[in-house]
Amino acid sequence: MSDNQLRIVWIYPDLLSTYGDQGNVLVVERRARQRGLDVARLDVRSDQAIPTSGDIYLIGGGEDRPQRLAAERLRRDGGLHRAVENGAIVFSVCAGYQILGHEFINDLGQREPGLGLLDVVSVRGEGDRCVGDVLGDIDPRLGLPPLTGFENHQGVTHLGPTARPLAQVRLGNGNGTGDGTEGAYNDTVFGTYMHGPVLARNPLIADLLLKLALDVNALPPTDDRWYEALRNERIAAAQQPA
Amino acid sequence: MAGNSDPLTPRAKLAVTAGKAVAAASRAAGRGSGSVIGGRVALKLDPDLLARLAQNLDVTLVSATNGKTTTTRLIAEALRAAGPVVSNALGANMPAGITSALAGSSDARFGVIEVDEKYLAGVARDTDPKCIALLNLSRDQLDRAAETRMLAENWREGLAGSKAVIVANADDPLVVWAASSSPNVIWVAAGQMWKDDAWSCPSCGGVMQRPGDDWFCGECGFRRPTPSWALSGDHVLDPHGSAWPIHLQLPGRANKANAASSAAVAAVFGVPPQVALERMYQVQAVAGRYDVVQFQQRDLRLLLAKNPAGWLETFSLIDPPPTPVILSVNARGADGTDTSWLWDVDYTRLTGHPICVIGDRKLDLAVRLEVANQHFQVCEDLDQAVQMSPPGRIEVIANYTAFQDLRRRVGN
Repeated sequence: MSDNQLRIVWIYPDLLSTYGDQGNVLVVERRARQRGLDVARLDVRSDQAIPTSGDIYLIGGGEDRPQRLAAERLRRDGGLHRAVENGAIVFSVCAGYQILGHEFINDLGQREPGLGLLDVVSVRGEGDRCVGDVLGDIDPRLGLPPLTGFENHQGVTHLGPTARPLAQVRLGNGNGTGDGTEGAYNDTVFGTYMHGPVLARNPLIADLLLKLALDVNALPPTDDRWYEALRNERIAAAQQPA
Repeated sequence: MAGNSDPLTPRAKLAVTAGKAVAAASRAAGRGSGSVIGGRVALKLDPDLLARLAQNLDVTLVSATNGKTTTTRLIAEALRAAGPVVSNALGANMPAGITSALAGSSDARFGVIEVDEKYLAGVARDTDPKCIALLNLSRDQLDRAAETRMLAENWREGLAGSKAVIVANADDPLVVWAASSSPNVIWVAAGQMWKDDAWSCPSCGGVMQRPGDDWFCGECGFRRPTPSWALSGDHVLDPHGSAWPIHLQLPGRANKANAASSAAVAAVFGVPPQVALERMYQVQAVAGRYDVVQFQQRDLRLLLAKNPAGWLETFSLIDPPPTPVILSVNARGADGTDTSWLWDVDYTRLTGHPICVIGDRKLDLAVRLEVANQHFQVCEDLDQAVQMSPPGRIEVIANYTAFQDLRRRVGN
């Protein structure tokens, strides 16, 4: 973080903001401000250059064609690579998650190169689309409470050796690989299939991103009673038989 | 107007009769109007029934993400100036409900039919419409519906061979993309507040440029067509340049836009704008929407908003602060079960309004409002929310099944 301002970058709202994932930006921004931080939010459209000096970059889900267009433009731009080299934190959802990997299947049914910032490869699932509430346990190394979210995807994402699963699902599909993994992360780059939006359902993941960006171990507490109430309700609902 | 006085074959007549009997049985069993089940039975007995029923009608189809039911009603009122109308006025907008509505009237000249977005192409094939009104397309129930651009593509393919006059909103790039495969389009500048589903060119994927009210793709040249009708403030401008004032009882910019499109449709059938608009003024509420009801000695205005574009238009028509607002959201099957869309709604527009939240997903609303830095109260039900609301008429905004719950509770 430079000159005491936290810079949050929302990548390509014109292409990848279809499933309410801009809520993730709103939650990170709100929780940073509640900690007294000076926050600048930058929305970067796909005909603009990705700034390389951001602290936290967020990418959301989108439809199949916009996903391909976003991958093409992000590859051409190259700014996100430089930002990651500079130590930025990246948090991605669904179509954005697939773009951060090595490759995915595009709307034309072809293998589309991703950015290779996460060691994952996505393919198109053969079975039914994965739709519904998800409950999982986040990698214990991250020290976070259970994951709750809503998934809505056809993709299946396989993890390579340098990506760790973000969570292990108890209910739902996650990466769709059948081994119960959901999402992926390395030191600074995170991906998940969860909407909800996921940071509204799991505000402590938002705090984790803030801590990584600020390079601190703890943040002042916030009044999280509505988040807690929502989490309890959704976790209970996920456990109800459909 | 179509000629054949009795287009129904004996089989079709039997199907109509059987459908009505089943609908009556369903009503008697307390299962709603019975129109959908009745239509389903009738279509089973005669799969071509919808086509046969439409055969002696001048049909207008109305489709959109938002405003279908209201616009269908406005067009139906306008066309009554020219002859009897049959319409699926209660919003049963899939083939079974449409069939049932058309079977209900044998002497109508006009059929004004609301069609669910997904079924437009098929219903257009079956009913050979004279006119199709396309109002807007935006994200809605993405956990169960097709992607928005795919819907536009589906319309475009389905309408390519249609002989109908298409009355389409020139201000919605997705609608323009869908309609421009058709040879006979009347463009209406009806406006569209929500723009977030059309930043990417539906034709080539380029980034859309949107200076002022105009829009164009910087890459392929796809651009806003020149409209012949327009909504301009409180007036409809017709192709001759005449401005007709709009005095609807229905509130809001979106309904003025619906009236402008409806006037353009009416003109296709020879009903002049002045006559059409005057008839539209009689419409007070549509299937409970916009109704002001008395509940616990308070006035409540019931507003339906199902998706981000609908909430945006609704926020623009409510009375200013400190008018109290009650928000109710469910996520049952008919609503879509993913509530993520709430985060595409800009709740900072409610700043200054006292807010109560209710509904199955009131906690999603609570977190959403907390992050938008709004003051709000979480209430158990409508009764409690009304008691907690400070004086004044209350604006109650609800999504689909939450709206039905409200109507039931207030006895509307």
